Amino acid sequence: MASEIKAAVYDPLIDNNPITLQVLGVCSALAVTTNMMAALIMSIALTTVAAFSGAIISSIRNHIPSSIRIIVQMTIIASLVIIVDQLLKAYAYDASKQLSVFVGLIITNCIVLGRAEAYAMKNPPGMSFLDGIGNGLGYSLILMVVAFFRELLGTGKLFGHVIIPVANEGGWYIPNGLMLLPPSAFFVIGLLIWLIRSIKKEQVEPADYQIHQVHRTEVL
Amino acid sequence: MEHYLSLFIRSIFIENLALSFFLGMCTFLAVSKKIETALGLGIAVILVQVITVPANNLIYQFLLKDGALAWAGYPDVDLSFLGLISFIGVIAAMVQIVEMAMDKFTPALYNALGIFLPLITVNCAILGGTLFMVERDYNLAESAVYGLGSGFGWALAITAIAGIREKLKYSDVPDGLQGLGITFITAGLMALGFMAFSGIQL
Repeated sequence: MASEIKAAVYDPLIDNNPITLQVLGVCSALAVTTNMMAALIMSIALTTVAAFSGAIISSIRNHIPSSIRIIVQMTIIASLVIIVDQLLKAYAYDASKQLSVFVGLIITNCIVLGRAEAYAMKNPPGMSFLDGIGNGLGYSLILMVVAFFRELLGTGKLFGHVIIPVANEGGWYIPNGLMLLPPSAFFVIGLLIWLIRSIKKEQVEPADYQIHQVHRTEVL
Repeated sequence: MEHYLSLFIRSIFIENLALSFFLGMCTFLAVSKKIETALGLGIAVILVQVITVPANNLIYQFLLKDGALAWAGYPDVDLSFLGLISFIGVIAAMVQIVEMAMDKFTPALYNALGIFLPLITVNCAILGGTLFMVERDYNLAESAVYGLGSGFGWALAITAIAGIREKLKYSDVPDGLQGLGITFITAGLMALGFMAFSGIQL
C-alpha cells in the first residue's frame, strides 16, 4: 500500500510526467510561465483542482451512467474551477488579472479531465486524490523550471527579486527579451524534453520513418 | 466595416490562438501528423467557434452580466460567476447539435470530421475564444467576427505545422528530440515567424 501511494505521487514527476510524456495540459504550461509567481499560483490552482476533482469523481464513480460521464466530470471540474477562480479574485486579484483566461481554462486542461477519465473512474477516492496531487506536482515541476529560465534570462529576476543585475540598471546582464515572448516557451519545453529523454532513454519515441524501412519496402 | 476587418485580420495573425496564446496546444501537438486530419480538425474548430462565441456572447449579455437580468426585473443580480460552467455547457451542447445537424444534412462532411467533433468540447481554443470575448467585452457582431477569425487562425496554424511535420519525418532528428521535442521546437520557430505580424497596425 505504501509503495502504491509513493508510486501515485512520485511517478508523474519525471517517469510519467503529464507534460513531457503524456502531452497533457500544455497550453497553460506555455502561457503562464513568463514569471515564477504566476507559474506558482497556476500550479497550486491546478493541483488543487486535479486532486479534488479526482476525489469527488472517484467517490461517485459507481453512480455515474457511462453515457453521460463526460458531462458529469465537466460539471464537477467546472464547479471546482469556479471556486478557485472566485478565491483568486477575492484574495489575489493582481495574480488573477495576470493569469487572465488561463484560470478558467483549467476546465479544459487535459490533465484534469484525462486523470478523471483514466484514473479516478477506476480507483478509490483516496488514491485518486493522491494521483491528482502527483500529476499536479508533475505539471508544477515543469512549469516552475520553465518559468525559472524564462524569468531569469528574460528579466534577471526571480519572483521579482533581482538575481542578476541588469545592464540598464547599472549591472552587467543584458536581458534576453525573447525569453518573455511566446516562442521561447516552446524552445524551453522542447529542450527540457530533450534533456529528460537523454537521461531517461526509455522515453524516446521511435521515429515514424526510418531510412532502412524504405529499403525494405523497395525490396518488397 | 474597417473595424471588423481589422479585428478579423488581428485575430488570425497577430493574436493567433495557437501560436501567441498557446490555446488548443494538446490537439495542436497530437493531431498534427497529417495534413488531411489537421485540415479536418481545423474546419471543425472554425465551425464550432463561429457558433459558440456569438452564442456565449448572447448568454453573457442577456443572462449573466452584472445587471443583465434587468429585463426580467432583477437589475441587481450579477451571475457572472456562473460564466465558466454555462460556457462549457453551451460548448458541449453546441458541439453535440453541430454533430447531429451535420449527420443529418451533410453526411459526407460528418464522416470526414466524425471523430474530431466530440474532441472539440475539450479543446481550450474554443473555451479560450469565449473567455477572450468576455474579457474584451465584444458585442454580438464583433464576437461573430472574432469567432470566425480566431477559428481560422487556429486552423491555419495546425495545417501549417502538419505540413512541416510531414516533411520533417524524413529528417534525421537526435534521439531524445524525436517526436514531441522537435515538434515543440518547430512550433516555437513558427511562433517566431508569426511574431513578425505583431508590428502590423490596422
